[in-house]
Amino acid sequence: MEELRMVRLLDADGGAVEDDRYPMPPPEVLVDAYRALVRGKRLNEQASALVRQGRLAVYPSSRGQEACQVTAAAVLRPGDWLFPTYRDTVAVVERGVDPVEVLTLLRGDWHCGYDPSRHRVAPQATPLATQLLHAVGAAHAATLRGEDTVVLALCGDGATSEGDFHEALNFAAVFAAPVVFLVQNNKYAISVPLARQSVAPSLAHKGIGYGMPGVLVDGNDTAALTAVLGEAVTRAAGGGGPTLVEADTYRIDAHTNADDASRYRTDDEVAAWARRDPLVRLRAYLRGLAVLDDEREAEFTAAAEADAARLRAALADDRPPEPAELFAHVRATPTPQLAAQAASLRAELAAERRQPEEER
Amino acid sequence: MTVKLTMAQAINAALRDALAEDESVVVFGEDVGPLGGVFRVTDGLTATFGDRRCFDTPLAESGIVGMAIGMAMNGMRPVVEMQFDAFAYPAFEQITSHLAKMANRTRGRVRLPVVVRVPYAGGIGGVEHHCDSSEAYYAHTPGLTVLAPATNQDAYGLLRAAIAGPDPVIFLEPKKHYFAPEEVEPETPVPPIGRAEVRRRGADATLIAYGPTVPVALAAAELAATEGRDLGVVDLRSLVPFDEDTVVAEVRRTGRAVVVAEAPGFVSVASEIAARISERCFHHLEAPVRRVTGFDIPYPPPKLEHHHLPSAERVLDAVDDLQWDES
Ligand SMILES: Cc1ncc(C[n+]2csc(CCOP(=O)(O)OP(=O)(O)O)c2C)c(N)n1
Ligand SMILES: [Mg+2]
Repeated sequence: MEELRMVRLLDADGGAVEDDRYPMPPPEVLVDAYRALVRGKRLNEQASALVRQGRLAVYPSSRGQEACQVTAAAVLRPGDWLFPTYRDTVAVVERGVDPVEVLTLLRGDWHCGYDPSRHRVAPQATPLATQLLHAVGAAHAATLRGEDTVVLALCGDGATSEGDFHEALNFAAVFAAPVVFLVQNNKYAISVPLARQSVAPSLAHKGIGYGMPGVLVDGNDTAALTAVLGEAVTRAAGGGGPTLVEADTYRIDAHTNADDASRYRTDDEVAAWARRDPLVRLRAYLRGLAVLDDEREAEFTAAAEADAARLRAALADDRPPEPAELFAHVRATPTPQLAAQAASLRAELAAERRQPEEER
Repeated sequence: MTVKLTMAQAINAALRDALAEDESVVVFGEDVGPLGGVFRVTDGLTATFGDRRCFDTPLAESGIVGMAIGMAMNGMRPVVEMQFDAFAYPAFEQITSHLAKMANRTRGRVRLPVVVRVPYAGGIGGVEHHCDSSEAYYAHTPGLTVLAPATNQDAYGLLRAAIAGPDPVIFLEPKKHYFAPEEVEPETPVPPIGRAEVRRRGADATLIAYGPTVPVALAAAELAATEGRDLGVVDLRSLVPFDEDTVVAEVRRTGRAVVVAEAPGFVSVASEIAARISERCFHHLEAPVRRVTGFDIPYPPPKLEHHHLPSAERVLDAVDDLQWDES
C-alpha cells in the first residue's frame, strides 16, 4: 500500500518547508492562530488546575493538540457548524462560545451550557464517533435547503474503530455532504495505542475506501493544518463533498485527571513530543518573519490571563444546580408521571428548606 | 369523507400529507425510495415528492438515525423507517444516547422532531429477527414518546401528530395490521398524543391492550358477551406518555383488570401498567391484576407463534381467574 506523504509547512524549529500541494497561509492568519494557541494553551492549563482544586469534576486536556483545536475553529465561516468531542473545549471556545459556558457540564451540571443553534456548535459528544453522523445530517440538511454551509466534525484515533465512524464517512461520501472530518491522532485511546486500533498505513487511508480524499497532516504544524483544513472547507463548500483529514499529533497530558499515563507510556516519549510543541514552532516562524514582536506577544498573554482569571472567578461560585430543573427539559410536555415526580421532589426540597439548619 | 385504507395506506397518506404541508419533512431509510419500502408504506412518495424528500440511504441503521438527528439539529423534520423491529437495534445508541437526550442535554434549546417508524411485532409468519416486540427498550428510555396505533385511523392521525410535534417519537406499527382495510377519515382532527381510547365500555372487567393486541382484546370481549360477561377494552395508543387516568378510571369502575401484550412479560410495559393499576386502584380491585403476554422466549418460528401470542381464549382464561366466586 502506498504511503501518504504528510503535509508539513513548518519544521520543528519553525523553518518554512516547501510543499508542492499546499501554499503557506498568509502571515496575518498565522499571527491570529498564534494568539489562539496562546489562549488555548492557557485554557488547558487553567482547566487542569481547576480540576486539582475540585472546581471541575474532570477535564480532558488538549495540551499538545492546540494547533488542531484552534485551526478547526478558524477555518470555519460564520454560518458553518462544528461537531466537537469532550476533548475539544479549546475549539469550541475559539468558535466563540464563552469558556464558562463550555465548562458547565464538566463542573457538574447536567447540560452542555451553551446554545448549540446560536453558535452552530453541537454539544460536546462523549459517546465516541456518534457526533460524526450528526455532522453528516446537519450538512445534508443544508444541502437540501440550498444553503452554503460546511460542517467540521472532530474525533480521536480510537473513535475510528467505532461503527459510527465508518457509517458517517460512507453516508457523507454517498450524499456528497459538505463535511470535513478531522481525526486528531494523538496516539492513544485512554491507554490503548494506535497499533491496536488499526494496522492501516494511516488513518487518512480510510477515507480512500469510502471514496473521499484522505489527507495526512502534521497536527502540530498550525500552518499546514490551516492550509489543509482550509482547502477541505473550500472543496466542501464548492460541492466537492467530504474530506478525511488525519492530524498527526500527541496528547501531552494524561487522558483525564483520573488517568495514570505512566502505566502505558514512557516519559521519554512524552518529552520527545513536547519538543514538537505547536506554539514553539509557530512562534519561531512568525518571529523570523518579524510579524510577531514582544508587544503583540504580551498582548496575547494578557488576554489569555484575563480569560483564565474570569474562569477562576466564575468557577469559584460552587452553588449546586437547581434540582427541580432536572425534569424541565426531558420533553416539551411532561408526562403525567414525570409531572408527579417533579412535584414530589419539589415538596421534598420545600420541606428541607422549612427545616431549621441544625436538624438537617 | 371516509376512505377504505389498509394501515400501510393510512401511514402512506399521513406521510404524503405531511410532506405536502411542510417543506422540512423528509422521509428516508432502506428501500423506501423507488420500491416504496418492503411493506410498501412509502409507495409513490419519491415519485411524487422527488428523491430529495424521500430517499434511500446506505444500509446502516445507526447511520440513518444519526443522520436524522443531525438534520433535525439543522431545522428538518425527518421521518425514518427501520425495516424491521429487530433491525433497529444497530441504532440503539443513537436513539438512547442522543435522540432521547438532546433536549435535556441542551436545556431545551435543541429539540429533535424525529419520527422513527418501526414495523413491529409478530403474527405474520415471519422468520427470526422479524417479529420482535421491542417497545420496552424505548418506553424505558426517558425523553422518547412511544406510540403504538391499533386502528388505521389512529395510524394516520397519530403519525401526523408525531411528525408535527416537538420531540422524538418511536412509532410502532403492528405489521399484522398493514394489509387489513378499515374506514379512515383523514380530515378528523389529529388525536392528542398521550390519550388512551376506551374502545368498548364494560361493567365487569377491563382489558388493557395496545397495537396488535387490541383486536385480540376486542375479540375476547365479544366472546365473553355471549357468555354473559361484560368486558371493557382500553386501547392505550400511546405507551409514553401513559394515560394512567383513563386506565385507572375504567378499572375503578369494573374492579378487575387484565393487561394484554405480545412482548415477553418479564420487565415489560404490561408489568408497569399492572403495577400502576395496583398502586392506584387497590381498594377498588376485586382480584389481583393479571397479565396475558408473550412468553419469555426469543420470538418463536412461524409454525409455533400461535402458542406464544396472546389469544382471545388465553385472555378469557385470565378473566375467568379474576376471583368471581369470592365476590
Ligand atoms: C462508545 C464509547 N465507548 C467508550 C467510551 C469511553 N471512552 C471515553 S474516551 C475514550 C478514548 C477515546 O480515544 P480517542 O478516540 O483516541 O480520543 P482521545 O480521548 O484520545 O481524544 C474511551 C474509550 C466512550 N466515551 N464512548
Ligand atoms: Mg486518541
